[in-house]
This record gives sequence, structure tokens and C-alpha cells, in this order.
Amino acid sequence: MKRSKMMELGVGLFMLAGILGLVFLGLRVSGLTFQASGDTFRLEANFANIGGLKPRARVTMAGVTVGRVSAIELDTDWYDARVILELDGDLEGRLSRDTTAAILTAGLLGEQYIGITVGGDPETLADGDTIRDTQSAVVLEELIQQFLSNMISD
Amino acid sequence: MISRIAHLGRRGCELLEALGRAGIFMAQSAIGVPSREGWYLWLRQMHFVGVLSLAIVLVSGLFIGMVLALQGYTILVDFGAEQALGQMVALSLLRELAPVVAALLFAGRAGSALTAEIGLMKATEQLTSMEMIGVDPLRRVVAPRLWAGFVALPLLTIGFSVVGVYGGYLVGVEWLGVFEGSYWGNMQASVDFVGDIGNGMVKSLVFAVVVTWIAVFQGYDLVPTSEGISRATTRTVVYSSLAVLGLDFVLTAMMFGGLS
Amino acid sequence: MFDNFSPPLLLTLKRVDQPMSDTPFVVVEDLHFSRGDKEIFRGVDLTIQRGRITAIMGPSGTGKTTLLKLIGGQLSPDAGRVLIDGEDVHRQSRRALFAMRRRMGMLFQSGALFSDLSVFENVAFPLRVHTDLPQAMIRDLVLMKLEAVGLRGARSLMPSELSGGMARRVALARAMALDPELILYDEPFVGQDPISMGVLVQLIKRLNEALGLTSIVVSHDIKETLTIADYVYVIADGEVMAHGTPQSLDVDQDPRVSQFVHGEPDGPVPFHYPAVDFTTDILNAGGGR
Repeated sequence: MKRSKMMELGVGLFMLAGILGLVFLGLRVSGLTFQASGDTFRLEANFANIGGLKPRARVTMAGVTVGRVSAIELDTDWYDARVILELDGDLEGRLSRDTTAAILTAGLLGEQYIGITVGGDPETLADGDTIRDTQSAVVLEELIQQFLSNMISD
Repeated sequence: MISRIAHLGRRGCELLEALGRAGIFMAQSAIGVPSREGWYLWLRQMHFVGVLSLAIVLVSGLFIGMVLALQGYTILVDFGAEQALGQMVALSLLRELAPVVAALLFAGRAGSALTAEIGLMKATEQLTSMEMIGVDPLRRVVAPRLWAGFVALPLLTIGFSVVGVYGGYLVGVEWLGVFEGSYWGNMQASVDFVGDIGNGMVKSLVFAVVVTWIAVFQGYDLVPTSEGISRATTRTVVYSSLAVLGLDFVLTAMMFGGLS
Repeated sequence: MFDNFSPPLLLTLKRVDQPMSDTPFVVVEDLHFSRGDKEIFRGVDLTIQRGRITAIMGPSGTGKTTLLKLIGGQLSPDAGRVLIDGEDVHRQSRRALFAMRRRMGMLFQSGALFSDLSVFENVAFPLRVHTDLPQAMIRDLVLMKLEAVGLRGARSLMPSELSGGMARRVALARAMALDPELILYDEPFVGQDPISMGVLVQLIKRLNEALGLTSIVVSHDIKETLTIADYVYVIADGEVMAHGTPQSLDVDQDPRVSQFVHGEPDGPVPFHYPAVDFTTDILNAGGGR
């Protein structure tokens, strides 16, 4: 019967290792973080063109990651893109009303993210508010076209 | 000419019959509440099928992770994008290589062993005598092995991924000098738990069902001679491999292809 | 040879209620069975008497093992019936068949011991499946059965450690574990050395007598089988070719029976595989094969 105890132990360890491996994958490899649901607040921002921005893209302030893009939808009232942001709860009520959100690119060809910059307005944004001042993504074709038309007009 | 068509037709019918037998076999074996003794039988099979496959799966995972990092680095460095090595290694492993390669290795090692074992039990009439005593061999012999395969392969896949990512770390960071922070950081930023790890595990589960089913059925259905056993083990490995690769394409298209 | 056979032990196991009269225990009626295109049995009738050893013999390949499987309910006939103690084997519900299997034991050609269980566990297996006896009782029963076949000391060995003859004896102990009324022996004498052969033959005879069993022995070993059989059926070409006591078969005039019983190399079953005339073949030196 000792043989079966060893076997049970072995299989148990095997399964435990599997579960721990999954945890490792979750945390270290996919960067899963534990965030209680009360810890984030929602803001909306409309952009004329979101470029290559994807859901779950980062939201940064001064380069520090402060949240994620949770959803991107088409705004049927204004026919532009409405982006839903989930930001750290610590920032709730700390961002001014004239905070700007811009779609930036990491590096030259990297992934796109949103960078927010605080303004000076004494009034602040609350959960569910909309960021008014936005800067759309830079679309390469439009840039080239602008450059060319500038050159022609010179 | 006509006889050729007739021959093809007969082969087609035989194939359908075999498929039907396999389906009924699966339904009769997998469905049913296991008894207390069944628990212990499952445990034994988990050991033979899972624990004993660990060595080959983990070693292969390590080497594949290391090779991925090596090859990936040489390609990425031309674009100045070697910081993306972590995410390249992780995504390749989690989405494709871990589920597929672990399943292929499993088919070769555990699958063929299952086929041979059940085939031998059939050839030495152990299955028949079990039935004569009044025990259903499907419940006592086949079901524990099926369920062991279903559980063991996904666990082995997880192990493969973990070791592969670590192997990539060893080569990329320790040897080739990729910055450690970017290896893990970029990886964490781009690997989605549900989308990548989750889908990889779904693939692994599908493969587990298919490979174990093929292995066990081939053993149960074979001609009970030594030649029959050897033919059946070959069939297990070949059919399992083809099934895994084919299903991989279908699943990848469903999970990662169509929708963006 | 069997002075240490412990007769008292066996007598306690003897079923007192079994009448030793000539009543049929197993009846096979007009059995038809085909596997694929090959017709294996066409109209086989057998009557197996209770308490007797009945041998079923015939040239190899006539499907004798298949017959045992048909009797045991593992295969279903295309036509005809098999009755065991008056009940149609193939019309039973699952539970009834399970109960019926408790009264039967089967000894396979290769022993068919479960390779992952020890000798003790193998013999205990049917007891565990069919009864709820406590561990201590099971242990006692297993040891008694092993003692009856002379292998009590081998109880902890694994099947891979046993010789062929020993494996068969353990399989016999297992087949006897539930004190069945019917035992089916599938080619028990194949490939045995003289000593094991002698042991097995005696065991079959003694157990049959002492326990009032009905035994069906399928074999093509004339010499051994005819020494213990009470009645013999010879099956060839899917039918019963002859039947009778060993003595009557020995003097049977039918050339097919005679060739089989006396082991003559040539007769109705020819020695030469069909071929062209020998002289023609040899003289065809230049004309290819």
C-alpha cells in the first residue's frame, strides 16, 4: 500500500504544479492584476479618429500607466469614436475638467495608447464624465497629404 | 474501373462504421458516475499518463522556448525590436506551440502506451474474462484512462508553457542581453489572460479529448494479434497527429483569425 | 499425488443440493453464427448434462472459442438459442445476466489474469464484484481457492512472475471463486509441459467430482481430454460431426471421426494442399514457375 501512497502524492503534486503554473502564467506572463471592482472609475472621451487604438490599451499620465481602455464604440450621435476609459480609483475627483486625452504611439511603429494631461480648471471630473479636449491619432496618410499639399503651395 | 469505385465505396463505408463504433464507444465509456474504486483507478492512470509524461514534455518545452528566443532575437534585432522578444515567445507558446506540441508528444508517448496496453489486454482476453465475471471493461479499464487523459494533457500544456517562457528568458535575457524588464513587461502588456492563455487551454482541452479518445479506441478495437497491436499503435500516433494539426487550424481560425 | 489436497476443505464447499442425476444443464438449440462472410455454425445442437464433464472437440479453426463465448452470452447468435438451467442466455436483462454470470466461471487459453493485479487480487476480484463480504472473509475464501489449486504460497506474486501452468491454475482458482455451477474451459491443455498438464487434468476431474460442477472443456488435445470427459461432441464444418462417450467415439466407423480421434495425418482432411500433379510440376523446368 505504500506504493499507492507515493503514487497519490505524485499525482497530487502534478496537479498542484499545474495549478501553480497556471497562476504563474496569469501573473507573470499575462500581467493579470488583482483589482477590486471599487478601485476604478469610468471616463469617456470622443475621438475623430482612433487610428490603431485597441481595447485594453494602456492609459498613461506623464508616462505612468493609470488605467486601461475598456471599450471602443461608434458614437451614433456625433459619428465619431467613443472610447471608455477605466482609471485608477485614486484619481477620481483629482482630474480637472479641462484634462486632455491624446492618442499616442509607443515608438515609431509601436502600439497606440492614450496619454492624459491635467489642466488648470478647479472643477474636477467625476465617475462617468466625458473628457472634452481630445486629440485624435496621427494618421500617416493625412500627414503625407498635408506635407505634399504644403510643398505644392510653396 | 467500376471495381475501383466499389472498393472506394466500401472503404468509405468501413470508415463510417469505424467512426460510428468510436462514437458509441466514447459515449458508453465517458458517461457515467465513477465509483469509489473508479477514483483510485483514475488516480493510477493519471500517474501513468500524466506524471510519467512530464519529463518529455518539460524538456521539450524548455528547448522550444530557448530556440524560439534564439531565432526570434536574430529576426527582431534587425528591426531594433528585440525588446518585443518576451511577448513573441509568450504568445507563440501560449497560443500555438504549447497546446500543439504537448499534444503531439502526448500522443506519441502516452497515446501509444494506452493503445498498446489496452490492445494487449484484449489480445490476452483479459477484457473478455472481465466481462464474463460481470464487470464492464468500458467502465473499469477505458473510462479511467479517458478521464486521466482529459485532465493530464491540459496540465502538461501549462507546464510546457511555463518552462518554455523560462527557457526564452534564459536565452533572451541571460545570454543575448535583452533587458529583463522589457522581456517581462512587454509580455505582460500584450498577453491577455482570457484571450491568449484561455484560448490556449481550450485548444489543449480539445486536443486532450481527441488524442485520448483515439488512443483508447484504437486499443479497444484492434485485431487481437501482435501485428494488430503494432498497427494500432502506429494508427494512434498518425491519426492523433493529423487530428491535432487539423483541429489546431480550425480552432486558430475561430479564435484568432476571423475577428480582430 | 493429491494426498495433500485437503479433502475436508473441499467437502465443505460441496453443494449438497445439486442432484447428480442426468438432467441437462446447458442446452444449445440449432445455433447459427457467422462472422463477416464466414459461416461458423450452421445448426449446432448440444446437450450438456449437469454434473458431468462434456468435451467439445474438433479441428482447430472451427470456432470452438466462439462457441464458448456464445454460451457465455458474450456473443449473440444469428439464430437458435442457448439455455442455461432453462433460461435463454441472450434474452436476459442486464441484471439477470449479471446474476447468471455469477454462476459461471470461464478459464481462458492464456489464463487471462489481470496483469495489474497480484495473484491474490485476481482471485478476489469476482468476490469483490459480486458480493459485499468483509475483507477477512474474502481473504479466507481466496486462500481456500488458492489452496485447492496448490498456489496459496504464490499469493503475492504478479501474473508476469508466474509460469504458464501456474497462471492457468490461478485462473482456475479465480474462475472458481464464486463456487459456480458451470465452468467453461477454453483449450486448457495447449502448450503445457507434461507435469502441468497432469496437474490440470487431475484438477479439472477432481473439482468436477467434489463440487458437483458442470464442466465444458473445449480442446483439441485428444489424449488428455478423452481421459476425463464423460461425453464428447466433435464439431467440424460448423456442425456436430459426432457425439458420444469416449469409448463409442474410439470405435466410430465414420472416417472423419476416425481420422480426428486417432490423429491420422491423411484422410478426409487431406495432407496435401491442393496443387497441380507432382510429375507435371517437376518436369516444368524451363517453363517458368
